[in-house]
Amino acid sequence: MSDSTIPKDRQYAPSHEWVKVENGVATVGITDHAQHELGDIVFVELPEVGQKVEQGKGLAVIEAVKTVADVYSPADGEVVEVNTTLADDAATINRDAYGAWIAKVKLAGPLSAELMDASAYQAQL
Amino acid sequence: MFAVAGVGKFEDLVEAIPAHLRLSRPLDLPKSMSEMALSREVRRLAERNRGMSDLTSFLGLGWSKHFIPAAVDNIVSRSEFTTAYTPYQAEASQGSLQQIFEYQTMVAEITGMEISNASLYDGATSLVEGLIMASACSKGRKDFAIASNLNPRWREVAQTYSGSNGWTFHDVAWVAGTGALDRAALEKILTEQAGRLAAVVVQTPNVFGLLEDLEGLADLAHKAGAVLLVAADPLACAIVEPPGSFGADIVVGELLGLGIPTSLGGPGLGYLTTKKSHLRQMPGRVVGRTLDAEGTRAYCLTAQTREQHIRRDKATSNICSNQGLMTVAASVYLALQGPQGLAEVAEHCAARLAYVRDGLGGAKIHPLFPGTPFQEQAFLLPPGSRARVEAACRTARLLPGIWLSDLMPGVPTESLLVCASETHSRQDLDLLVSILSSAGGAA
Repeated sequence: MSDSTIPKDRQYAPSHEWVKVENGVATVGITDHAQHELGDIVFVELPEVGQKVEQGKGLAVIEAVKTVADVYSPADGEVVEVNTTLADDAATINRDAYGAWIAKVKLAGPLSAELMDASAYQAQL
Repeated sequence: MFAVAGVGKFEDLVEAIPAHLRLSRPLDLPKSMSEMALSREVRRLAERNRGMSDLTSFLGLGWSKHFIPAAVDNIVSRSEFTTAYTPYQAEASQGSLQQIFEYQTMVAEITGMEISNASLYDGATSLVEGLIMASACSKGRKDFAIASNLNPRWREVAQTYSGSNGWTFHDVAWVAGTGALDRAALEKILTEQAGRLAAVVVQTPNVFGLLEDLEGLADLAHKAGAVLLVAADPLACAIVEPPGSFGADIVVGELLGLGIPTSLGGPGLGYLTTKKSHLRQMPGRVVGRTLDAEGTRAYCLTAQTREQHIRRDKATSNICSNQGLMTVAASVYLALQGPQGLAEVAEHCAARLAYVRDGLGGAKIHPLFPGTPFQEQAFLLPPGSRARVEAACRTARLLPGIWLSDLMPGVPTESLLVCASETHSRQDLDLLVSILSSAGGAA
């Protein structure tokens, strides 16, 4: 994968989430590398709007044909919106990992110090 | 050998065990026997056992004896089935998967539910899995409104699991005059425990053998944010409306008896069926039907990603398997019977119980509670008659049933749960009636 395919407008967690912060709200999804490793995604267990989340704890659960993985929250906060279109078509994440966001978290604390920029994330893949 | 193990003497091997805990004298065992003498001795002991084939048995409580057509054993004993362990590349065993798929389809249909998992160990653990699942369906609630007239042995297994799961059971009393679930008591618990209950748990037929009225229970549970968990006798479902017709969320139970002999109490076969909307909280795996790369019909394990080998501590259950060979037996039995045959077996069972009830009625021995039974029913014998009944039964090599007071509080000492099935001849039924009537009569 060339460096240019990883968007530079957001940050990346070692656990392969992407995080884009705008006006104190973090939009979270998983990277193209992550969707490729998981394989065909069949279901996303979304959090509920209003649910409190903690940094490094589960935010959502992604189920692929042969495995299930947690999506971790990059910060403490509260879920303000979830991508309900994933309930009907979870495979959107396979087709467009950087467009298919999973949840938006209103930040109540600092972002994880482990977040990286695009080139650092690319370097550790 | 000590040299290989790197020790000087035997005591060095056990030195980690404190000296005062070690046995300081030789083991007190009888003289050793030759293999031939041992075999003779074990046979002598084994002949003292009384098997179900030597006895006339009216034991029940969820484990009734039914006739098993020869075709069941014949198919079950095929090496392709007997040697198959849960395959790790499951899709390589299309035959096993197709058989489990057929099992799921039949059990879902019988209970009136949308989906079935690939089976569980037995009825009692299926109840426990249903409780774990109900907790997951209600986002981690740990309180349950549970019927007091549920099989006490299953309840005991649930109790064993409750400590480590942090569960609290709120017992729903039965109505004093009918033995049925007390709706008023249930509604009181639903009010008192508002926002806390994971499930309303009932069994039909209940421990007294009587069919429970499930009408409206699902609504009551759902209004409290709980699910309705029903433990149901699958054979009864062949002739009465199944729990699925009443909006049950999870249905569990025991399939032993339907193609599986009662043996020494097992192996059993637990089933668990549910609604599609609860699929991801369901324990165990599901076999699905799909199309392969060439577009032909193929079977695959699906929804197993929630199991322990993948989800570790976040798994839906610590059950990570299914009761393979027993599902073959049940599937062959159910397929042989078909819906009509199964209904006929159920009707034969109910008719034989009615014959016993009528016979006992003539001797003034009446059901503990009125109500509609299926194949078993609790009868109240005269006070003090138990010892006489037991002595007469020993002589006649007959097991009259289960004395409920041995298993649960709140029932009179002489409450006898009698289970009749299609395997009982008229002579068997007459013998039971005659023993209970004379030995159980007034002293």
